[in-house]
Amino acid sequence: MDQIAVTAIGVLFAVSTLALLALGLAIIFGMMGVLNLAQGEFLMLGAYTVLIATARGLPVWIGILLAPFVVGMIGIVLERAIIRFLYGRPLDTMLATWGLSLVLVGVVTVVMGPTTEGVATPLGSVEIGRYGVSVYRLVVIAISVATVLAVYVVLRHTRIGMIARATMQMPRLVAASGIEPQIVYAATFGVGAALAGLAGAVMAPLTGVVPSMGLAFIAKIFITVMVGGPTVLLGTASAAGTLGVVESAVAYASTPIYGQVAMLLVALVLLRLLPNGMSGLWRRGL
Amino acid sequence: MAARLVRQTELAGWASGALAVAALPQVLSLFQVVQVTVFLIFAMLALSLDFIWGIAGILSFGQAALFGIGGYLYGIVGIDLGSTILGLPAAMLGSAAVAALIGYVAFYGRVGSMYLAVVTLTVTLILYQVMGSTADPKYAIGDARLGGYNGMANVPSLSFAGAGQALGPAEFFYVVGGVLFLALAFCLTLARSSYGRILQGIRENEPRMELLGYDVRWRKLLAFVIAAAVAGLSGALFASWGNFINPEVFSLPQAALVVIWVLVGGRGTLWGPILGTFVVQYLTSLLGTAGASYTTIALGGVLVGVVLLFRRGLAPALSEGIGRLLRLGTAAIAGRK
Repeated sequence: MDQIAVTAIGVLFAVSTLALLALGLAIIFGMMGVLNLAQGEFLMLGAYTVLIATARGLPVWIGILLAPFVVGMIGIVLERAIIRFLYGRPLDTMLATWGLSLVLVGVVTVVMGPTTEGVATPLGSVEIGRYGVSVYRLVVIAISVATVLAVYVVLRHTRIGMIARATMQMPRLVAASGIEPQIVYAATFGVGAALAGLAGAVMAPLTGVVPSMGLAFIAKIFITVMVGGPTVLLGTASAAGTLGVVESAVAYASTPIYGQVAMLLVALVLLRLLPNGMSGLWRRGL
Repeated sequence: MAARLVRQTELAGWASGALAVAALPQVLSLFQVVQVTVFLIFAMLALSLDFIWGIAGILSFGQAALFGIGGYLYGIVGIDLGSTILGLPAAMLGSAAVAALIGYVAFYGRVGSMYLAVVTLTVTLILYQVMGSTADPKYAIGDARLGGYNGMANVPSLSFAGAGQALGPAEFFYVVGGVLFLALAFCLTLARSSYGRILQGIRENEPRMELLGYDVRWRKLLAFVIAAAVAGLSGALFASWGNFINPEVFSLPQAALVVIWVLVGGRGTLWGPILGTFVVQYLTSLLGTAGASYTTIALGGVLVGVVLLFRRGLAPALSEGIGRLLRLGTAAIAGRK
């Protein structure tokens, strides 16, 4: 019984963090059609925000709160400086953001050094029967679920969300209504970057912080967003649900590396069967 | 008249290339010969990417991974069977088989071009982690230990006469140069055949080619597999060159490097990326003394800059610019008269 509960928490953790990690890219890709290869580096920047904050004596939670703002600002600057010239050229955008990712890793390595730094995991653990479960992991699950819900509410039920969705469908009509689409693009990219910053910050106490840490996540994130398809929330949630279960199941049975391999194989099969992603099954939705 | 001029220019190009390859080992020091050999090997990898990207319009981020698979297979066959000659076809077939699997899913599932780029990138990233996790001695195929991030050592050098009689640096240089020439000729011939014309048609307008009755699926798959075989062969030569292969070939900077070679050399020319490789690798070797991070920053910057400023690549933009200057110059002289 205890073991089932602990395993269930493990699977839930895998699924919800996968959704949180992928959410930023899903927004940038789903709404703008931009496949941002520097997304892993946005995660890394979020983690470094926490590292620097704790090194200055601030609590971890303040660092986690700061990260989305810091990385969101960086995202907006990069969108204005580089990405905006490449709309409508998806492959060129991929190449440019790839270059960006190399530059970010290089710059952070030069500034902060190539070593892995740790951030102490807060909150300790609780006992479930004979097993100890980290409370922080439970908090991460809660943060992930809350973030996905918040994004849903904003996109679906607020004026800002409506403007964002309208801009992606028909930018000229939005422009004719007196709203500058360029501002919406910059803001959307910034939100995608901010969510990556939050995800990276949340993961920092669990994984350690190193300039190349984006690499560990980027494969999973891309697979999730590809399998999810262009529908931002439904796709990400269903893909994270499927792939997270596959990954954690195989990882329990063997090693985390094989978990990723299994995830990739399942994703290839799913892509062959559902070229439009899992959200293609529903046709409509968010 | 114009066609004859083109033919003559091309013949001159081949002749000067052959002359350069033939003469280099006589002129250069041993270290430089070894250095240029690896440039030639990388150039073949760039050629393979240009064949699918420049001719067929399929952007794959996985050429470096196929290169790495070829290298590992060459090492395994060379160590276990003791025959380096068998290692070359094994590498080509192995890389081609992996590409066939990925290509089947992608092209027969009709996933978009971005999806293919992402799938190939993901395969590369996962191979990096998988090969990196094989440090334990139990991960061995026969006598060939995979070795984790430290890589596979003791890969035998290419030899035609049997073990223990490996080719010298200059001989190996000639073999690599010859193979590169053959690969270039093969790709050029293919690009100019009716099959190549169809590939270019697919690059320009895929729905139109389908409506004209061409089955684009197997044609794209075939192009992908051919390019993979070329990449696998160059990977095998690379493993033979350094007697060594490690998971760095599956790393993101390495995968980006291949794209940069082609972008700098100019897409779709097939010979341009060969020059691009030489230019980029020479400049990187100059930068190398400053530290790996600075090289990464420079490469990333080049990638961003080329995409933003020169859509068709650096070399075409340069030759266009020079052509415009020349025309301006002649016009100015004519005007003064």
